[in-house]
Order: sequence, then C-alpha cells, then structure tokens
Amino acid sequence: MKAVEVRELVKDYGSFRAVKGISFDVNEGEVFGLIGPNGAGKTTVLRTIATLLQITSGSIAIFGHELPRQAGEVRKIISYLPEEAGAYKNLTGKEYLDFVARFFGEREALQNMVRKGAEIGNLGERMNDKVDTYSKGMTRRLLVGRALMVEPRLAILDEPTSGLDVVNAQEVRRIINNSVEAGTTVLLSSHNMLEVEFLCHRIALIDDGRIVASGTIPELKREYDAANIEEAFVKAIQ
Amino acid sequence: MISNIVRKEFKELFTLSTLLPIVVVAIVFGSVGQMVGNIGETMEDKPVIGIVDMDDGDFSRIAVSVLIERAEVVYNGGNAEEGLKEVRGKDGVALLLVPEYFSQNIHAGQPGEMEIYWMMRGAGQLDLIPSGVVEGLIQAVNHEISRTLIQQGESLDPAFVLDPTSRTQTTFLKGKEIQGLSPTAIGGMLISQSVVIPVVVMMLIIMAGVSVISSMGLEKENKTLETLLTLPVRRSHIVIGKMAGSALVGMIMAAVYMFGFSRYMTSFQMSDIDLGAFGLALGAQDYMLVGVSLFVALLAGLSLCIVLGTFAKNYRSAQALVFPITALAMISAFMIMFKDFDTLPTTLRILLFAIPFSHPMMAMRALMLDNYWLVIGGIAYASAFTVAMIAIAVRIFNSDRLLTGSVRQGGGLARLVWGLRRQRTT
Repeated sequence: MKAVEVRELVKDYGSFRAVKGISFDVNEGEVFGLIGPNGAGKTTVLRTIATLLQITSGSIAIFGHELPRQAGEVRKIISYLPEEAGAYKNLTGKEYLDFVARFFGEREALQNMVRKGAEIGNLGERMNDKVDTYSKGMTRRLLVGRALMVEPRLAILDEPTSGLDVVNAQEVRRIINNSVEAGTTVLLSSHNMLEVEFLCHRIALIDDGRIVASGTIPELKREYDAANIEEAFVKAIQ
Repeated sequence: MISNIVRKEFKELFTLSTLLPIVVVAIVFGSVGQMVGNIGETMEDKPVIGIVDMDDGDFSRIAVSVLIERAEVVYNGGNAEEGLKEVRGKDGVALLLVPEYFSQNIHAGQPGEMEIYWMMRGAGQLDLIPSGVVEGLIQAVNHEISRTLIQQGESLDPAFVLDPTSRTQTTFLKGKEIQGLSPTAIGGMLISQSVVIPVVVMMLIIMAGVSVISSMGLEKENKTLETLLTLPVRRSHIVIGKMAGSALVGMIMAAVYMFGFSRYMTSFQMSDIDLGAFGLALGAQDYMLVGVSLFVALLAGLSLCIVLGTFAKNYRSAQALVFPITALAMISAFMIMFKDFDTLPTTLRILLFAIPFSHPMMAMRALMLDNYWLVIGGIAYASAFTVAMIAIAVRIFNSDRLLTGSVRQGGGLARLVWGLRRQRTT
C-alpha cells in the first residue's frame, strides 16, 4: 500500500492558484522530500495532506484513507510538524508532551509516549521548565519529539531543521533517521539541499506549484548531468 | 526628519484595533446618553394622577388644589375604584385618596392620613422617576398645609406642623399588590436585581469572552493552532473545550472582581428588608431558572466569542475583537439598570432580547414579578443562538479560514468578494 497518493492536486487561495495539478506517491517506509524555493507550494501541499486545508480539486489518499472524507482517520495516523510551529508557553515541556499524548493513548501508552518524546527532545531536566524559557533550538527539539513520540505511520515535516544551528540540525536529522528505521514514513519539505541528500530516498522538485522533476537523488543528478542536487534543481526549473 | 517619524508613528498607532475600542465606547455612551437624556423631560412633565377627595374639608381642598396645579389630573371624584381604573387606563402614576376626617384630624393636631395607590410599571432606575415626582407633589401638599397651619396661628406641636400628614401606601406592580411600600422603596430593595446582577453578568461575559478570544489569538501568535488542528480530535470538541476552559477562567476572574464590587454595593442595599414579606421572594424553581439562564447565556456569549476569535490574527488583534462583546454586554447591563424590559420602546426591547446575555441580567427581576415567559423565552433563544454559533464555529474550523484568513472557494460570499476584487483589478 502507498503511504501517500496525490493525484492532480490543485489548491487555490481565492483567485491565486498555489498548487497547479501535482501528482506523486510516497512509498511506505521511505523518506520523500518536496524540494523547492520559497513560495513554490511545498507548505500548501503538506498542509493539505495534513488535513489543514481543503482540496480545490484532485485527490489525496493516506494509507488508503481519502481526504477530506476520512480526515478523522488520517489524523490518527499522521503527525505534522509545521515550519514555524510553537508550543504552549505556559506549559512545561513535559506537560506539553502529555497534552498531545492524551489524544493518542491512555495510561501506560500515554506514559510511554511522553517518555519517548522526552528522549527524542533530549531536554533533560529542562523538560520541567516552562516552554517560555526555551531557546529556539530547544523548542524545535521538543516539537520534533512531540511529532515522533506518537509513532505515526506518516510524519509530515515542514522544514524540520529550519532556524536551527548546525549541532541541533544534525541532532534532528539523526532523530528522523531513527524514526524511519522504526517504521515511520516521512514526507518532508526543505530547501536545504544537504539535508535532502542526507535524509531523502526520493524527492520531487517543485516550482511555481508544479512538480518539475522527481526520482532518487542519483537519478536526478544523472538526468540533469549535475554534480549535486542543487545544480539539478536549477537546471530542472530552467 | 521629525515629520517622517510622526508619519510612521501615526501609521503604527492609528489602526483599526486602536480605533475600534474608542468607537465602541462612544457608541455605548451615546446610546446610554440617549436613554438618560429623557430624565430631564420626564421630571419636567406633569405626572398623571387621580384624586379621590372623600373629606371635602378645608385641608383636603388645599391638597387637591396643589395637586391640580402641579399634576395632570385624569380623575377627580369620590369613587376609589373608578379612580384606579381611570389612572391605570391613562398610564397614570398614582391615585391619591384623601379619606374622611382628614381635615378634622389636622385641626385636632393629629396627622391627616393620605392613601396613595402607586401604579409601578418597572423597577429600573428611570422607571422610578415619575413616582419620585409625585413624592415631591406630596411634599408640596405637606408644605402648603404647614403654611396654612402657621398662618392660622394655632398652637400646635412644631414637629406636627412641619409634617402634618401621614401616608399609607400600596403599590401595584405587574399584578402584585405590595402593601406599605412606595416605588422608590421597592426600587431600593431591588437594587441587587437592578444593578448588581447586570454588572455580575456583564463582567462574567466580558472576562470569559476575553479568555476565549485571546486563546484564539494566542494559538495563532504562538503557532500552535496548526498542530492542534492535525490532532485526532473532533473540531466540535476543540470548540467546546475552548469554550469550557474559557468559561472556567472567566468565572474565576469575574468572582474575584465581584468580591470587591459586591462589598461596594452592599452599602447601597436595604439588607434588612425581607422580600418574601412583600411577595417578591424567589423559590427553588426560580433560582434554578436563573442558573439555567446564566449558563446558556454564558455559552451563547462564548460561542459568539469563538466565532469572533477566528478572525484574530494574533493576541493584539484579539483584544480589538473583544470590544463588540464588551459593547453588547455594557448596552444590555445599562438598559436593564435604567429600565424594565416592559417599559422599553419596542425597538430597544427587540435589541435587548436579541442580545443573548441580557436574559440572566433580567431573569431574577422578571421571576420576582412572575414574568416566566420572558425568562423561558430567553433561555430558549440563548440555547438556539448557542447551537447556531457553535455550528458556525465548527464550520469555520473545518474551513481554510483559520489558517489563511479566507474561506474555501465555492462559498457564495467568498465568490462574491473575489468577484468584486477581480472586477476592481481589471
């Protein structure tokens, strides 16, 4: 079964067409990257798949559940990390994880999720401090922990290392890889080509609401006769 | 250079969110002023009264002449029943009955007793003005009799000369006959229902409303809304959960506020009067209705706030969105303080009924006067309003509006707006 099946997806904001009929599949257990410049439509696609935005036309299915008809079922198996996400500032890190975990499980399962979130976030004693006192990197690690602690079948990560320093970014990439090894499928967006090469099994290059090329990284490099994926991307949009 | 900074400051500070509160406050004061502005006219108007003189002595004639000179007398005869009927029919304020032996008693150095039958139409502060004017007339009668006594040079007790009449009072208030109290005294007894309860409800609605709208603003400002909306929880549960949480916070905040306010108001209250002795006490069933009315009104207010909250872009813009709620709560509270529902003009009555949180403000006073239909009707209306608002809120939560500020294409209104925009740009 495909983890994600997107067919001829169109998304309009009023008279502006942000996504212009794109199609792609994500296989179960892989990391699939949507790569493109700012304003290309990556976040819109991810938000639509994450059940946040309505579909103008086309279709989306997540592990066989169709959107928007089965949005409730989809929300049980996905976890979405927005690019500029935050956490409730008056809660401690632990309370925040507990708040989210309660939607996914009870008693022991809940405790396990919170423990796992805390491990992923790796905030130590600071888990008992209010989120308001966290640095940007700490908040991001907490949010990555929140997204992956529920062991989603599909993790949708929008620019997962956005705004992080090198050390924190590397840590987040390691966490994502561990999660994939544990069976999670990942759909992410990024304009960090190094990150893409490190994490993704397959990618789709997106520009102006359209997919201009897709495949594995070696395939794309070969197709565009490029030394790296950045060069391939520039050639693809030309 | 300075003008450049001034221009920037003006653009930064003179926004809709700073302007709106001032406009709302101006509207509230304007509308209250419109109502209060009638006080002068009401006080200058001659009160409509009836007179029954059963004494026909020298002092009763003095009393009648003073009353005829200063009031619009719609009945002047010898039959109390007829007089009452006439005064009621002409929307009069009171029937003043001078019984037999009135003059004889005064000549004998005994207070001349007058019977006053008040027609009280409402317990709002403005509703009490006509009876206050008539009380002034009675003082004028007293004064004129005192003057006559002094002129006649009779050797009498000075205390009696200064107050030569006594009054027995009966007030008819919406089917109730209250013995021994004037409308002013009843108004004083009902100050808790007329002032304290509207203020309590107003504060509760405002505090809870601020909580729910701020919560929506904070969700957007702190970027937590997107995560919340992708969790496996029904949109309706998010809406109801936000409402319940805000109601709790609002109740705590209103309770703290009211602790001080109630201590302040106690000084105005006639606490030693037993309302039950005058047929104005509430039973357990009445208190239950007041509770239900307050509960559904709070839900109605919060459901309206959550719809307004969806327009909040951040915490600051959320504060501006609180003002429609504040204005509605203040308008209803002031209207109820000053007037009874039944004594308001029809348009204001419709407006007051349409504001769902005005009903618990009116409920206790209405139940005291056995106006059950107003309270039950209010509960039914506020419940329907809540259901409609929650349905709208859930619909908005299911649309793109929360994240993009626009609704899904396909909606009639959205299509119209986009159509107009397109027309303007082409």
